[in-house]
Amino acid sequence: MDFLRPETLAEALELKASRPDAVPIAGGTDVMVELNYDHRRPAALLDLTRIPELGEWSDGLRIGAGVPYVRIIDELGAQLPGLAMASRTVGSPQIRNRGTVGGNLGAASPAGDTHPVLLASDAVIEVASVRGTRMIPAAEFYVGVKRNALEPDELIVAVHLAPAKGPQQFSKVGTRNAMVIAVCSFAISLFPAEKRVGAAVGSAAPTPRRAHEAEQFLASELDFSSPKPLLDSVKREFGELVSLAASPIDDVRGSAAYRKHALAVMARRTLGWAWQELLDGEQQCA
Amino acid sequence: MRVNVTVNGEQRQADDVWEGESLLFMLRERLGLPGSKNACEQGECGSCTVYLDDVPVCACLVAAGQAQDRSVRTVEGLAQGDQLDPVQEAFVEAGAVQCGFCTPGLVVAAHDLLDRVPSPSDPEIREALAGNLCRCTGYEKILDAVRLAAARR
Repeated sequence: MDFLRPETLAEALELKASRPDAVPIAGGTDVMVELNYDHRRPAALLDLTRIPELGEWSDGLRIGAGVPYVRIIDELGAQLPGLAMASRTVGSPQIRNRGTVGGNLGAASPAGDTHPVLLASDAVIEVASVRGTRMIPAAEFYVGVKRNALEPDELIVAVHLAPAKGPQQFSKVGTRNAMVIAVCSFAISLFPAEKRVGAAVGSAAPTPRRAHEAEQFLASELDFSSPKPLLDSVKREFGELVSLAASPIDDVRGSAAYRKHALAVMARRTLGWAWQELLDGEQQCA
Repeated sequence: MRVNVTVNGEQRQADDVWEGESLLFMLRERLGLPGSKNACEQGECGSCTVYLDDVPVCACLVAAGQAQDRSVRTVEGLAQGDQLDPVQEAFVEAGAVQCGFCTPGLVVAAHDLLDRVPSPSDPEIREALAGNLCRCTGYEKILDAVRLAAARR
C-alpha cells in the first residue's frame, strides 16, 4: 500500500489522476474502520489533511470538503442551522473533531447525517479533477447505496450552501443521542421569500432523497405572505407525503414500517418547529 | 514507511509503519505507549482518545501517516513527572476507576472538557463524555470525578 501525502489541491488531483485506485482519507472515521476490520485493502491512501484550502470556507458559502463537523457547529451554526443540527448528531465529540461533510459525501451512505440537509437546502457539490471542475446538485450526487456521482479521478473539493433564508430543522431517530447511525432522519428548509419548502429523508431509501410531493404540497398550502398557525391536517398530510417518498427496508436498526411511521412523525414535528420560528419572527418584526 | 511525530513533547520516529496502520497501533506497538487502549477499532468506545494537535480524537481512526510532523499527546503525557494531572487525581479519589480499561480515554476527554469549559454543567459533562464507553457502567463515579476536578481548578 502507498501513503500519498499531497500538500496542495493541484498535487492531490495529479495523484488521483495517476492513481485512481487511491482512497481519499480525511477524518478517517469511515475509511479507517474499513482498514481496521480488513474490509478494504486499497492500493493507496490519499491523505487530504495537509491541503489548507480544503479546511477553509468563504462567504456565500463555499465550505471546504475537509472542514470538520465541530467547526460547522461552532462557527457556521448561525448561517447554516440545519447543517449544524445534523452535524451535532454525528458520532461523538472525538468523531465530530475529525469527521467532515466531504467524507459524508464520499462515503455516500444512505444513513449519512448531513445528506437530508444538503438536499433540502439545495446544496451543490464541487468536485474536481485534472480535467476541470464540476458542480453537482446534491439531488444528482447520490446515485446508489454508498455510491456517488464521482468519477475515479475526481475528488470532492467543497460544498456550496447558501446561508439559511428561513427556518431549518433536522431530526434523527436512533437508540441514543451519541454514536448512533440513523434509523431514519429528516430535514426541512423553508424559503419564505420564494414561497417554497425543501424536504428530504435519510436512511429510508437506497439513497438520501427529496420528498418532492411533500414539498409541493406545502408550497401550495403555506401562506408565507401572512403566516398563521398551521392546521393539524396540513402537518399530518405533509407527514404522510414524506413517508410516501421513502422506500425503506427492514434491517437491524429498524423495520420499514417503523421507519415510515417515524418519518411522518418527524416531518410533522419539524414542520411545526420551523413554522413556529417563522411566526415568532413575524411577531418580532411587527 | 517512516513516521516522524512529536509525542508528549518528544520528537519520535517510528519505522516499518504499515501504510494502513492506525495512529493507535503505532503508539502502542511501535512507540511503547500502551496507555491509549485498543478496544473497538471503530471510534465507538473512546478508549484510544488522544490529543492530535491539541484536539481530542480516536487514535484508532487516524492513519499513522496522518500524524507525520504533527503533535500527539497521550494519557502518558498528562502527568508532570510523578505529579498526576488534577483530572487523574480526581479519578483516583472519586473511585472513578473500576476495571480501568476506559479510564485513559475518559481522562483525556475530561481533560479536554475542563480546558475548554472550566465549570461544566452536568449536561455538558455528559455530552463531552458521550464518545467514551465504560463497560463496568461506572458512570456516576466518573461524573463525580469530573465535577471534583472542575471544582479544584
